Amino acid sequence: MRKTDILIIGGGPAGLAAAVGAYEAGARDILILDREEHLGGILKQCIHNGFGLHTFQEELTGPEYAQRFIDQVQAYGIPYQTETMVIHVSADKVVTCVSRQNGLEHIQAKAIILCMGCRERPRGSLGTPGERCPGVFTAGTAQKFTNLEGMLPGKEVVILGSGDIGLIMARRMTFLGAKVHACVELMPYSSGLKRNIVQCLDDFGIPLLLSHTVVDIHGREHLTGVTVAEVGPDLKPIPGTEKEYPCDTLLLSVGLIPENELTEMAGVKIAPTTSGAVVNEELQTSVPGIFSCGNVLHVHDLVDFVSEEARKAGVNAYRYVQGELPESGRAVPVEMGFGVGGIVPQFVSETATGTVNFMFRPRNVYRNAKVIVEVNGEQVLSKRTMILAPGEMVNLNLPAEKLKGLKEAPSILVRIEVPEA
Amino acid sequence: MKYELTCINCPMGCRITADYDGKEVTNIQGYTCARGKAYAQTEITDPTRMVTALVGVEGSHAPLSVKTQSPIRKPLIFDALKVIRGTTVKPPVHIGDVVIENVCGSGVNVIATENVG
Amino acid sequence: MYDVIIIGGGVVGCGVARELSRYRVKTLLLEKTNDICNGQSKANTAIIHGGYDAKPGTLKAKFNVLGNAMFDRIHEELDVPVQWNTSLVVSFSLEDHPALEKLLEQGRQNGCRGELRIIDEAELRQREPNVGQEAKEALLVGAGGIVCPYELTVAFAENAAKNGAAFLRNAEVTAVSKLPNGHWQVVSAAGTFETRAVVNAAGIYSDVFNNMVSERKVHIHPRRGEYYILDKKYKDVFHAAMFQLPTKMGKGILVAPTVDGTVLIGPTAEDIEDKEDKRTTAEGLAKTLREAGRTWEHIPTRGFITTFSGLRSTGDTGDFILGEAEDAPLFFNCCAIESPGLTSSPAIAQWTAEQIADRLELAPNPAFDPIRKAIPKFREMSDEERAAAIAADPDFGKVVCRCETVTEAEIRESIRRPVGARDIDGIKRRTRAGMGRCQAGFCTPRTVEILAEELGISPLEVTKFGGDSRILQSYLFEEGKENA
Repeated sequence: MRKTDILIIGGGPAGLAAAVGAYEAGARDILILDREEHLGGILKQCIHNGFGLHTFQEELTGPEYAQRFIDQVQAYGIPYQTETMVIHVSADKVVTCVSRQNGLEHIQAKAIILCMGCRERPRGSLGTPGERCPGVFTAGTAQKFTNLEGMLPGKEVVILGSGDIGLIMARRMTFLGAKVHACVELMPYSSGLKRNIVQCLDDFGIPLLLSHTVVDIHGREHLTGVTVAEVGPDLKPIPGTEKEYPCDTLLLSVGLIPENELTEMAGVKIAPTTSGAVVNEELQTSVPGIFSCGNVLHVHDLVDFVSEEARKAGVNAYRYVQGELPESGRAVPVEMGFGVGGIVPQFVSETATGTVNFMFRPRNVYRNAKVIVEVNGEQVLSKRTMILAPGEMVNLNLPAEKLKGLKEAPSILVRIEVPEA
Repeated sequence: MKYELTCINCPMGCRITADYDGKEVTNIQGYTCARGKAYAQTEITDPTRMVTALVGVEGSHAPLSVKTQSPIRKPLIFDALKVIRGTTVKPPVHIGDVVIENVCGSGVNVIATENVG
Repeated sequence: MYDVIIIGGGVVGCGVARELSRYRVKTLLLEKTNDICNGQSKANTAIIHGGYDAKPGTLKAKFNVLGNAMFDRIHEELDVPVQWNTSLVVSFSLEDHPALEKLLEQGRQNGCRGELRIIDEAELRQREPNVGQEAKEALLVGAGGIVCPYELTVAFAENAAKNGAAFLRNAEVTAVSKLPNGHWQVVSAAGTFETRAVVNAAGIYSDVFNNMVSERKVHIHPRRGEYYILDKKYKDVFHAAMFQLPTKMGKGILVAPTVDGTVLIGPTAEDIEDKEDKRTTAEGLAKTLREAGRTWEHIPTRGFITTFSGLRSTGDTGDFILGEAEDAPLFFNCCAIESPGLTSSPAIAQWTAEQIADRLELAPNPAFDPIRKAIPKFREMSDEERAAAIAADPDFGKVVCRCETVTEAEIRESIRRPVGARDIDGIKRRTRAGMGRCQAGFCTPRTVEILAEELGISPLEVTKFGGDSRILQSYLFEEGKENA
């Protein structure tokens, strides 16, 4: 059986950075597997700018950002195999993959880094009634058609969901000569970046309809329009507020789901709050030697943070291979208190060293709130913020020495405290 | 003239209002921090945008992604897009190669953001 | 000049085509849409009914029981997935016991094969631990099963084509009339044809064709049913198809595993007028969930992968309308085929073919080969089989649909087969590409390319289901030039 020290599944931003991280830590036997023809993952189709401010202190487009990492991977001579689909991962770290060139292969790895990214929520999962006609796309699929294949889905567009991909596609479709009639958002706030709302919608006079949703889809052979209605505080449509929007294209930007089918096959525990693996502060999953990072672990807001997290996973995978990951000791659960959604990591070892990084998404919009970390009822971190919003991840770095109380602690509590009205 | 804008510096998205007579921005209100005030100043007097777009590639339907090397003035966006859309490149092209010089007299070049060929 | 023209490429039409191909006969099937299996046959509950539900003495009862008994052979000959997972008809009040008894008695009278008995709450919960709190007892139907309705229809068609039947799609029939020589003339969008006999298997439109030739008018109206499909993750929640005690309008909302491992919830039963109205509605979907909630409490909304609706061909008589029309010789009806139509379809097809053979004095076809092999399913292969498949055809090494693990080889074969796929939905029905949890978001761009390549058309001409259902509108650049 083919063998490798570190096997990385996925050659997108996470996989590339994990490989670079592992190599720079000293690993020399690394293999990246990717199902597409070229490395770079979803960044290949994200031709807009805004990537890399944290990592490279400059604003790059997706393909440029990816190429920086691809160049590094190639300079280090890290082997990668594209057009290769992983179809199984076992708990003893045997990966089964298929490709045209190599047929079916089993590869035994000492460590595996899961970098499969996420997929878009489809229409079907929303249960939006109406016709099942063509013209309804997830924003990312439409993006692939326009930016990679050079094909336009349609010219009269409505966008459901105001996630960043939806906003970016509003601008792209406008640039390509289409008319975007509205961006419809169920929640009373957008989960997209303010910059994207201004530069992708406001710049072109595209209305953002907050607390609205698509309640009906029309068109037997092809989409001819959608019905949009306002929703109440219960997020249910308010009768009588329906309005028709003629369109030939409906783009959905209604959420991303980490793609963890392989993770589950390996018997890795999944956290319901993130739909990603349960990990400790080393990004190691419940199966020793299997690590997870990037959007397959939890959906990030910025690719820069994906790269940072993945580098760390790469380093730790190498430490694991070398037998250098410290005996973890008791894993202390991280509890999500008020306002905290989908935290990573879910466990911190009582013997954690260095800096422990917590990332989570606020459950709502909170102004002038504090983010607090408590161990044994004692605040070990308290950070004042001007604004917290579900669209932007909270990223906390906590020196491990602040966690020395962990030995006696049943858990670590992370919570948001809002000022009293 | 009265201007209304949303600050893009952070998720606060402050609603800023200001007056502009073509020379001076006055009466800036609604911002929370200095970045917001500065943003309003530039956004009103000289708004600029990076433009990312697609050009044709000889012998293929698949396009090549490009960008303006630096932001261009906002009113130029659609003129620039028209020029970009009418451009075809011949492979090979590398990231950073100039595809269009001084697009629409903006003083800014359009460069490739991916490799082809 | 044909011996038989079949109007309609659903499970009944394709089934009749296959059964007729056992004889020396020139058969042509005309399908209105871009593909076979595009109406009722693609949007139903996918159940092999035991035969307890129909009133004794009806055609429904007779053909249900006959059809049910044919599925093992169909599985063997046509390689169609069939599972005998039993059906349970659950009651939620002990006061309903007499109603269950009545069903049991009906099943016995109809000649329902296999186990048929009422089980108490303890046994019910032991078999189906996830059944709702209110469940009290159930009728256990051993002869209940599940089948893939698309594969069944496609298999009938492929086998019929192999044995000589011709198929034309995009061939909507607009007129059927008697010629002076006693033959029938069938006018269709694909040409005008002369034939000795006509089979009316036009589903929801079968009344239209009957009424063109017969004074014994039939009226069929659509009864719409709305469904949810849940992710494979929930495939083990129920083992049996879980019915609720039937109502006047139908067999009620059921929760049933499918042969593909997903879970089906539905259908509602709503009488509508428009025969093309296959929308789902907010009310219908809500009703589906509300009623199914008695069988399956706390249905995980996160598990939804899609919703759809189907139209049943509901006739006025409450029963199937089968056989040669009294006042239109050699015009054979397969009308008003609603539930248990799928289960009955093999028996209806066989019986109809026999009637025709008898009237046309057809001789057996000595070359008839009953065997059809399914497209090899990569997802169901062992690793050794996979390695061998890729070695034989490298396209098996290219997974196109990640959710259902469907390879390029399977997709290409689905297009190349006789009566092969012509559009995205046709590929979906034949291979499951795009039927998984991402609902074709990932594979559509590649499937469009493959279809264009195989059919020799532009990707812009590729449709979801024929007609104007194009996926894409224009190229941005014409091979390097600006597309004005």
